[in-house]
Formats: sequence, C-alpha cells, structure tokens
Amino acid sequence: MDEKKTLLSVRDLKVSFFTPAGEVKAVNGISYDLGYNEVMGIVGESGSGKSVEAYSIIGLLQSPGRVTGGTIEFEGENVLGYTEEQMRQFRGNKVSMIFQNPMTCLNPVYTIGNQLVEALMCHDKGYTKEQARARAIEMLELVGINNAEKRIDQYPHEFSGGMRQRAMIAMALICEPKLLIADEPTTALDVTIQAQILELMKDLQKKKNTSIIFITHNLGVVAEICDRVSVMYAGHIIEQGPVNDIFYHPAHPYTKGLLASTPRLDVETKERLVPIEGTPIDLLNPPKGCNFGPRCKNCMKICLREKPPFTEIGEGHISACWLHLKKQTGEEARA
Amino acid sequence: MSEQSKVLIEVENLRKYFSIKAGAFRRKYVQAVESVTFSIYKGETLGLVGESGCGKTTLGRTIIRLHEPTSGRIVYDGTPIYDSEKHIAADMLPFRRKMQIIFQDPSASLDPRMTVGEIVGEALDIHGLCTGKQERRDRINELLDVVGLNTEHANRFPHEFSGGQQQRVGIARALAVEPEFIVCDEPISALDVSIQSQVVNMLEDLQADKNLTYLFIAHDISVVRHISNRIGVMYLGQMVELAESYELCSHPLHPYTQTLLSAVPLPDPVKSRANKRILLEGDIPSPVDPPSGCRFHTRCPYATDRCRSEQPQLKEQSPGHFAACHMLDG
Repeated sequence: MDEKKTLLSVRDLKVSFFTPAGEVKAVNGISYDLGYNEVMGIVGESGSGKSVEAYSIIGLLQSPGRVTGGTIEFEGENVLGYTEEQMRQFRGNKVSMIFQNPMTCLNPVYTIGNQLVEALMCHDKGYTKEQARARAIEMLELVGINNAEKRIDQYPHEFSGGMRQRAMIAMALICEPKLLIADEPTTALDVTIQAQILELMKDLQKKKNTSIIFITHNLGVVAEICDRVSVMYAGHIIEQGPVNDIFYHPAHPYTKGLLASTPRLDVETKERLVPIEGTPIDLLNPPKGCNFGPRCKNCMKICLREKPPFTEIGEGHISACWLHLKKQTGEEARA
Repeated sequence: MSEQSKVLIEVENLRKYFSIKAGAFRRKYVQAVESVTFSIYKGETLGLVGESGCGKTTLGRTIIRLHEPTSGRIVYDGTPIYDSEKHIAADMLPFRRKMQIIFQDPSASLDPRMTVGEIVGEALDIHGLCTGKQERRDRINELLDVVGLNTEHANRFPHEFSGGQQQRVGIARALAVEPEFIVCDEPISALDVSIQSQVVNMLEDLQADKNLTYLFIAHDISVVRHISNRIGVMYLGQMVELAESYELCSHPLHPYTQTLLSAVPLPDPVKSRANKRILLEGDIPSPVDPPSGCRFHTRCPYATDRCRSEQPQLKEQSPGHFAACHMLDG
C-alpha cells in the first residue's frame, strides 16, 4: 500500500493477559494497514481478541493485559512508545472510540453537555466556553438529536438507548479524529435503532472522511458498512480482504462456516443451517497447529502440527489455511 | 404438517399488567401484554418477534402462567387453565409436565450450587417420573445424550460449561418431563454466532423426533423466520401481524413489520447497500402511557387522524394472514 495513504499500520501485534492460571495470548501476532477514509470491519466471536486489539491501539488495555510485541504506527509514529501524557493527547483527539453499552460509558452525574464540552476542552482547541457549548450543540444536531439546545443540559438517564449511542458518537467525533474505533456499537440496540445508528455512521463517515475500525460479530452489519474485513479467530487474523471477496468468495473454512451458519432473510427457501461443530479453543492451552484445526472439517495432518502462513487469494485478499497450499505440501485431508 | 389444523393452545384477550408506584396514593400499570388473541397449532413453531420491551417474553411466560394473567383466557388442549370471566385458575402442576420453558440466559437460569445431574433430575423427582435410583440415573444420562452432552457431565457444575453447553443443560431440563409444548425464550441470543446454529439445528431435530410444539421468542427475525412455521409480530404489548413465516417476510402488511424487516442488515454487501430502509423516528413509547388509538401511530409514516383515535383490530386480510392496521381497510 502507498505510504501516504496508510493511516494506521499494525505489525505483528501481540497482547497477553497474565492471569494466575497462566499467560492468555489474546492477540497473537496480527498485522494490517488501514487507509485514510477507509472502513475496516473486524469480525470474530467473543474471545477472538477483536476488542483487545482495539483497546491496545488507544492505550486502554487494563492490567493484567499487556502488549508483548509488535508495533502500532499511526501516521508513521509508534503509538506504543507514547508516554501517558502523549497518549492523553492522542486519545480522543486523533483516535476516539465508541463502546457497546453507552450507559456504562457516559458519566451519570454530569450532563451530556458537560461531557461533550469536557472532551473538547481537554484537547485545548482554543475554544472559549461559549464556543465549546455551541460546538457541542452543533454536534448533537449532527447526530440527529432533536431539540439539542434543551437536550444538552439533560443527564444520560434522560436519554433512551439509541440517543445515548448518538451522544457517544457526538462525543467521539467532536474533536474531529482521523480514526474512530467502534466496538460493537449496535449490539445492545434493537434492530430499528441499530438501523438508525448505522445510517448515521455511514452518513457521518462520508461527511467527515473519518476512518473507522468497526468491531462486530454481526456479518450483516459488516456487509453494509465496511470496505474491508478482517476475520479473527482465537487471537489471529485468519482471513482479510475486500468486503465483496469475503462475502462472495470466502477462502478460509472458518469464514465459510460463519456464512453458512447464519440464517438469512434474503434466501427464499428454507435450508438447514450448517453449524461449525465444536467450541472455540481454550486460549490457555492453544493447539500447536492451526487454531481452527480442531473444529475444521477439512483438517489435515499438517494443520495439527504447524500454524498456516498467509496465502494471497486475490488482490488484497489473504487467508491463512493449509488447504491453499495443499499442492505444495502434498497433504491429504484427514476425513 | 398433518396435525397443523389441531389447536393446542388458545389465547383469548390475554392481558398482563404490572403495577408500579407512581406516587404515594397513585398506582400506575405497565401494560406489558394488552388483549392478545391467537392460537398455537400442534407440532408447529410459532415465532414471536418485536423490539425489547414489546412484551414478547411476558406473553410467553404468561401463557404457561409463570406470570399470573391480569385477565383473559388460556385453553390448553381443550382444557381451560385460566379464565378470568369464569374464575378458572387450574392447578398447574399436571400442566407443567406438558409445558416447559427454555430461558434466555443459560447461566442465570441454572442453579450454580446444583450439579447438572441434579438440575435435570429435579424435574423427574417433582413429577415422580422415576421409581428407582438406577432408572433416574439412566434417564438423566439419556437426556444429556439427547442434547449432545457426555454422561460424565452429570457430576459437574454449571460454571464448568461454556454458554452453548449451559443452554444444552437448560434444554435437557425442559425435556426431562417429556413435554408437548416448549416456550423458547430467546434461547440463542446469549450464544456465539457459530454456536447459535448448533442449538437451532438441535431444537429442530428434537421437534421432529418428539413432535414438540414451540413458541419461539427472539428479536432476531432471520433466526425466527428460519425456525418458525408462523410468526407473530408484537409492538407495545399487542400483536400487530400474524402470518405464515415466509408470507410474512415476503409480503409484510403492517407498516411496523415492514420497518422491522427493512432494518435487518443482510450479510450480502451488494444487496444490503441497495436496501432502501424505512427509518423510524424516535423510540418505542412507554407501555405505562401507551399512545391512544393505534399504538404505532407515533412512529408510523402513514398515520392519519383515525389511527390516533381508533384502535385497529387484528383482522384476517388474506387466508391465514392477520394484521391490525386501518390502512388495510380501505
């Protein structure tokens, strides 16, 4: 990818949690680039490391979690080398985040306006208090909150779930960050409200040219909003590519499995779902070979011995599976 | 389905209000379920969808009388189990053998201090279904086997299991008394995507095997369409549309159903980007003070004066397709 066009570059990132039971490698060597004005989806089940990965970009990883290797470069600067003060300036200013449950992320004892203005004043953009308040009202209007003049003095509990999420988005975007990390922003919402928030995010993305990392387990949401998709399983990215390639020509057995096991509204006939058998692996005792091997229908001997490397399937479309290298390795499927 | 025509459960004008304190002397009521009438046929799966707070869970629980109804009538297989006019409130114990429920949150619905064997066996003891210890143990093992767990799991505690396995325990407990009817209250929403389809397939297999009837409650309309024969759509405590599931999804009549369907993001980039959404304004109103007339009129793009004053009735618009909307009259 062209150097100028890369906003965020993650290389071989490793994050571990040091628990009494042992080291849990939540993220185990992932790499990707994110361009300006690009929306990337990270899909995975709970425990796949998708949130942990995002938290480490913004420096919100909590003990006992620690980045154990790799680099995160934002516009060419290594974020992992930032001091706490540099991180504070970086966070919210250049990168901000919205979370799954807005109620737990808004402070219940301050008004919405207070919290919006605080976000602005923290980053010293040269606003006076009045200007900051005007800007906060403008942001609330932008995210579709009616009667923003009055709403700005209300407390989070006076807002409904959908409106709280809108307020969160307003707060995240008030400093005009270049990157927005959205961690399951619609999972806690009803479908009709989810639709409103998705339309809002698509609209804002166009207006503000913000890059977005969209973390979710909902394939429908990914198909709708993302340009590129990374599929994560047990701490690894197992497939990555443009959204159309992932949905129409999935290469990795796990991605294929996810798509086949999702009931679809747009299919006329009733087909039996094809589930992925088994359960996600225990990250305390990861398998020696491919993490998905124990659940994979096409598992071969080599899959249980060695981790598969990435194979390029198409332009910008990579997948880590031994099946793609079947000819070279001369392995036969076990089943 | 050959037995499709035989009604198993009939619900008439069922109401469930919860009282809340509004002031020292004033009482207010949450109208969780308001005058719902429908039937469930033997061997079918009836799906219930709606947003959170629409009363779908309350309805499911009220039918099996985990909540006592406020008024209305429930008939199970010809026997009234509740009738507010005739003052019938049947003793539920014999009916609990026939009606069971699977709960949404598997970890919260299993007693953490009981082993899986005890949890499943408790139902057998209450209904006196096993005479000897050996028979009881065999039966528990058989049930665990049916839901895809190992027999040695009987001695473990719920926290030792993953979410999907815990839900399997919940299903085994429901199956222990060999029920005819099971209320599945969001049985898969707490589970991971790859595990959801395992449980859905298992529920389908069990239904075919044991000729079960399901009331399947979920907010994910794609899953409900997949598993159900018919779907009921609820809004603010009322049933607004009821039809055969593919009919409902391909020809939704009620504006709320149309919005609900258009809001679902499709796992197909080209289709989902071409999808023209009907976006609803605002949020679901409070069931304490529901809007007058049609309860959907505050958010409905087609609302007229009649909708604001007069409540529409659930009417049969085409064979087997019921909807409650004034628009469909003219």
